[in-house]
Amino acid sequence: MTPGEEGGGAGAVAATDRPQAAEERDPEVRATDARRIAVFGGVYSNWRALEAVVEDARRRGADELYCLGDLGAFGPNPDRIPPRLIDADVRTIRGNYDDSISRGLDDCQCGYTDPRDNHFARLSYRYTFRNTSERWREWMGTLPEQRRIEMAGREVLMCHGSPRRMNEFLWESTSSTQFLDWMAREHGADVVLCTHTGIHWKRRLSGGGWFANVGCIGRPPNDGRTDVWYTLLSTEGDGGEEPTSASSPGEREAPAGGNGGRDRSTGDGGDAALEVEFVPVSYDHEALAEEMRREELPEEFVETILTGWWTTCLEVLPAKERRRGRH
Amino acid sequence: MDEQDARPEGAGAPEVELEHLDTLWFQVTGTICNLECSHCFISCSPDNHTLEFLDLETVLDWVERSGEWGVKEFYVTGGEPFMHRDLAAMLEAMLQRGPASVLTNGTLMREKTLRRLATAHEESRYSLEIRVSIDGPNPEMNDPIRGEGTFERAMEGVRKLLDHGFLPIVTATQVWDQEEDEAVRREFMENLRAQGYENPRLKILPSIKTGREAARSRGYGEGERVTAAMMEGYEEEQLICSSARIVTSEGVHVCPILVDEPDSLMGQTMEEADEPFELKHQACYTCWLHGAICSNYGGIGEEVT
Ligand code: SF4
Ligand code: SF4
Ligand SMILES: [Fe+2]
Repeated sequence: MTPGEEGGGAGAVAATDRPQAAEERDPEVRATDARRIAVFGGVYSNWRALEAVVEDARRRGADELYCLGDLGAFGPNPDRIPPRLIDADVRTIRGNYDDSISRGLDDCQCGYTDPRDNHFARLSYRYTFRNTSERWREWMGTLPEQRRIEMAGREVLMCHGSPRRMNEFLWESTSSTQFLDWMAREHGADVVLCTHTGIHWKRRLSGGGWFANVGCIGRPPNDGRTDVWYTLLSTEGDGGEEPTSASSPGEREAPAGGNGGRDRSTGDGGDAALEVEFVPVSYDHEALAEEMRREELPEEFVETILTGWWTTCLEVLPAKERRRGRH
Repeated sequence: MDEQDARPEGAGAPEVELEHLDTLWFQVTGTICNLECSHCFISCSPDNHTLEFLDLETVLDWVERSGEWGVKEFYVTGGEPFMHRDLAAMLEAMLQRGPASVLTNGTLMREKTLRRLATAHEESRYSLEIRVSIDGPNPEMNDPIRGEGTFERAMEGVRKLLDHGFLPIVTATQVWDQEEDEAVRREFMENLRAQGYENPRLKILPSIKTGREAARSRGYGEGERVTAAMMEGYEEEQLICSSARIVTSEGVHVCPILVDEPDSLMGQTMEEADEPFELKHQACYTCWLHGAICSNYGGIGEEVT
């Protein structure tokens, strides 16, 4: 049997796609003249990392700041996050965690099935729910699910899990480029930025754009180091003027197989190209660990902050990502 | 779709559309398997030729075409995929384009094949997941179902996979009572650790009560069907038929669970298979109940408190 021997063709599967649903969800495009924006996700109540990231991004000349959601979970005192985001003018979207908290759902919608993962997910969800005040719960419910900007002539779509689903996990080793191409095309974006998994990676799309998971700033990416990572999206030529600082710029360790280093978008329409850069930030993780202990959060979580290795919710990690970790 | 009462054979059952072809499955060895498990829901055996082997060329062709459809990942099943002499070549081709998963009984792990797969995995940016079915944490539970000596052989398969740098996902069909779940899980983890698997990946699956499993267990009750009302507010993406199709020697079927059912064959091309499917089979009820049962991630978990 030959695939498509009766003239299936490229359009065959696209016939059942649902562009209308996508359009309904998609927000309006806001044009920006920012030359550089900072984007991060997964704050997980880590207000110390949040402060450090905001400062670092400003120092590196980010004109606008974006947060892709999941403000609570894992860390201590969730009510400290929203005021800091608002004060720092961070444009925030709603993650699955924020969605659950704002709607008073029973769980975080991560869908863990392993009993141990479930146990810890529940613990942190209950803690976060109990310690989020009514006011911020309501505020989370008003956050948009996605944002779109036009930057340097490129359409940039920001979402939480994926453009089609708030709680979809997109890992580097389980997302084929042909799938990412399709997704970006389907949603009319040149650059797609997402989070939700906690590990950053990027992929050059066939059309010259980018698909990037900006990672999270709430905990380290299971790499045995205590830094957290955020992402800079810059117009070409705006990338070489970082001030010297404690945390060195750039992608020190490209996840295996990824586009290491600084690929530059070649561009397909004559507009300035965009580049994606991952930035590590150190912060007072020991003080955070102490605060977590005071709040009686599980020692397993504290260990992750102190060692950089994930200890829970590992069931969702694909083979390659799992192999890089310790547990 | 409102006449839900007294419909014959699930007539008027709700339909599920293929939202996007995320996952392309291949039943590379058809219904042919070196084992003959008593719970096999498509009754595979060494001489069940209902579905035959797929040849390498056919598979490569489909993998090539998958780019047009934006396929996210590939799954390989059987029968027993490791019976196919071209398995490594198939997986090598898949790993060039995306992640791949193989569902195996773990008893036919040849050194040469594993070496080739380990290299292909190293060289790819994508994950190769190997899922080994073992239906109990000890021979006493597993062997009556999967056959004499299969527990030991599958455990040896796990060891070999570990030696080649893989982190196999051990999948077990829940053939025990619900109340024993936690104890079974614990024993499983202990025994896998004893094999040198430090952080075992274990996934428990519900049993699908068709094929030989219908005879082994109680089968399905008449009321166990999916109705239109049950689909209201239900997340369709939980069902693999909303995001997958499977290629067999006969053509393209709606999903890997129903390949045995004549009406699961949707055609010879992806265009023909891009049609909604009526959930009129009783196996659909298991899918509906547990969701995502065929993906690497997810399964059924019992709450620990
Ligand atoms: S359950 Fe798997 S290993 Fe057992 S007979 Fe069926 S296909 Fe073969
Ligand atoms: S068995 Fe499951 S995947 Fe297959 S058609 Fe029925 S609901 Fe869909
Ligand atoms: Fe999330």
